Amino acid sequence: MSTPSSTNVRFNLRDKFGDWWEGTTRNQRVLFRAAVIVFFFILPFLDNPILGTNESDFSSVLFYPMGMFVIMAIGLNIIVGKSGILDLGYVAFFAIGAYTHAILNLNFGFPFWINVFLGMGFAMLAGLMLGLPALRLRGDYLAIITLGFGEIIRILAINFNFTGGAAGLAGIAAPPTLFGIEFVVDDPKPFYWLLLTLMLLVIWAYLRLVARRPGRAWEAIREDEDVAEFMGVATMKYKLWGFVLGGAVGGAVGAVYAGQVTSITPENFTLQISIMILACVVFGGMGNIWGVALGAALLGYFPEKLRFLSDTRILFFGLLMVVMMNIRPDGIIPRKKREKVYDKNTGQEVTR
Amino acid sequence: MDFSILWTDFASLLLDGIVVGAIYALVSLGYTLVYGVLRLINFAHSEIFMLGTFATLGVTMLLGFTGFEEPLGILAFLGVFLLAATVAGVASGSAAMLLEVVAYRRLRRNNANRLSSLISAIGASLFLVEFFRIITDSKDWDFPRLLDKNSLFQVGTAYVTADKIVVLVGAFALMIILDRIIQTTKLGRGIRAVSQDERTSILMGVDVDRVIAFTFLIGGVLAGVGSAFYMLFYEATKFNVGFLLGISAFTAAVLGGIGNIRGALAGSFVLGLIQQFSSAVLGYNWRDVVTFIILVLVLLFKPTGLFGEALQRARV
Repeated sequence: MSTPSSTNVRFNLRDKFGDWWEGTTRNQRVLFRAAVIVFFFILPFLDNPILGTNESDFSSVLFYPMGMFVIMAIGLNIIVGKSGILDLGYVAFFAIGAYTHAILNLNFGFPFWINVFLGMGFAMLAGLMLGLPALRLRGDYLAIITLGFGEIIRILAINFNFTGGAAGLAGIAAPPTLFGIEFVVDDPKPFYWLLLTLMLLVIWAYLRLVARRPGRAWEAIREDEDVAEFMGVATMKYKLWGFVLGGAVGGAVGAVYAGQVTSITPENFTLQISIMILACVVFGGMGNIWGVALGAALLGYFPEKLRFLSDTRILFFGLLMVVMMNIRPDGIIPRKKREKVYDKNTGQEVTR
Repeated sequence: MDFSILWTDFASLLLDGIVVGAIYALVSLGYTLVYGVLRLINFAHSEIFMLGTFATLGVTMLLGFTGFEEPLGILAFLGVFLLAATVAGVASGSAAMLLEVVAYRRLRRNNANRLSSLISAIGASLFLVEFFRIITDSKDWDFPRLLDKNSLFQVGTAYVTADKIVVLVGAFALMIILDRIIQTTKLGRGIRAVSQDERTSILMGVDVDRVIAFTFLIGGVLAGVGSAFYMLFYEATKFNVGFLLGISAFTAAVLGGIGNIRGALAGSFVLGLIQQFSSAVLGYNWRDVVTFIILVLVLLFKPTGLFGEALQRARV
């Protein structure tokens, strides 16, 4: 046991906010959360030429790429940031979700709301089928396997007939009207709200999970898998859960994407998407959901906004990954290195 | 599926498999060498190869070949091709050394975790691909036909052409040279020492930084010369040419037991043959699916590769 670290004087935005947050009452917290959520829901109405980009207005940018990047980065963060599994084929889950909605809607007339859950289910199933054998492997092999998996899903989509081959599928139904909100192609706002709702659910579930046993297990695995195994963590089980849950988020986003664009081709699901999302996670700070969300929002927004970046965005993302790893490997908002622990007997806070 | 093609075209599939395998071998050596000394998969190695294809193309373009002239005589061809292969080797070799300095060295000195090094390498790979996509306009680039590709003689159903002979002879010569460098020179001994035990080799006076830089150089040069052979055989390149070739070469390295040089050579030929025979039956567009399935199966059931060398104790 030691005294809480007050000697660390280095300025840190996260700790400043953390200290303030610790001091708030329950009501203040509820109020703060409600204010933030309301702010994000009215964000598309702040549409103006300053925030908008050359090609599209602000609310479209909010849906794609910002919203999509943020929620996928949060999903990938469970896999890469929390459990330390380097997944280079995250786009596969996204593609599975999108194709689930497209195929089930076109062939059997399933509505969007069912397909979102089925898309999640199929993505989880794929994660399970790949994860069961592959998660036994070490980091760099796993990276190659997942890289191949992402590409294989795309090649399969090109080679099979029921996926529409290289031409893809068109005429996919948008989500039906809900609470009087119509989902039409030229208005991105309802889709943004849908994505935001999904995002809030994911963040809520994520925060519940990481505060409990799975979160601790994931962190233990990330820090040292062998030691975690010795300490009695069922490493395979939790790695698989991390992989599958991260995949479920990708699957759900894929279905939303298919519902918005209404036509998809295998070329929508290239390796570049996996890498871009990985860049978002790396840039924001692996393992810290707020850092990841901020990083993804910034990386989604600025290449759209700045013309010189929009043509060379991937080049810039690649450079960013090298630079970040060399200079600030923990991202713009690093995860907490000192986790607070409460003593089992006294109930007092222990900092270690 | 038509299995009879396996018998009727056996000789030609065999020849093509060996030629493709020879090209894979030159690239997979880079993966296996770097893995030996760093215990890391060099994700950007496929882009080093891609850079080599464009260097080869650049040399022929500077010499004024457009592909519409008569194929060259054998001596003129050898001159032009040697020049192109040398330039490609130098370009890829220096790019690989630069890559090591930019993407790996600092992380290695800071004892960063594996994830950081991997991500840094992926970033470098992405940067190179995108850089070449932009400067080459995302186009397919054709390589001029330098050599008459009519059949010289026929063995069974296999048409033996001059380009295949050049690839085979050149690749085998390089493999022998590499083997001699690793086995007999001082730097080769350094590479072997670092692969076995980095700390002990530091104590024994091995300059690890120099050995690692040299390893990247060898891997890069081999990939560069391999890319010249690739251009001669396939006669086209594109900015993303490295991706699937890289996966194949990596699979070959794993198949032979990564970190094991002779294993990588054997794995390359085995993979080249498997790819040729399986695409003859299933169709060319399933080739990469087959490669990937082989990779997964090897990693799952025999992660030490065909030659059974333990990953942790992989030797060069």
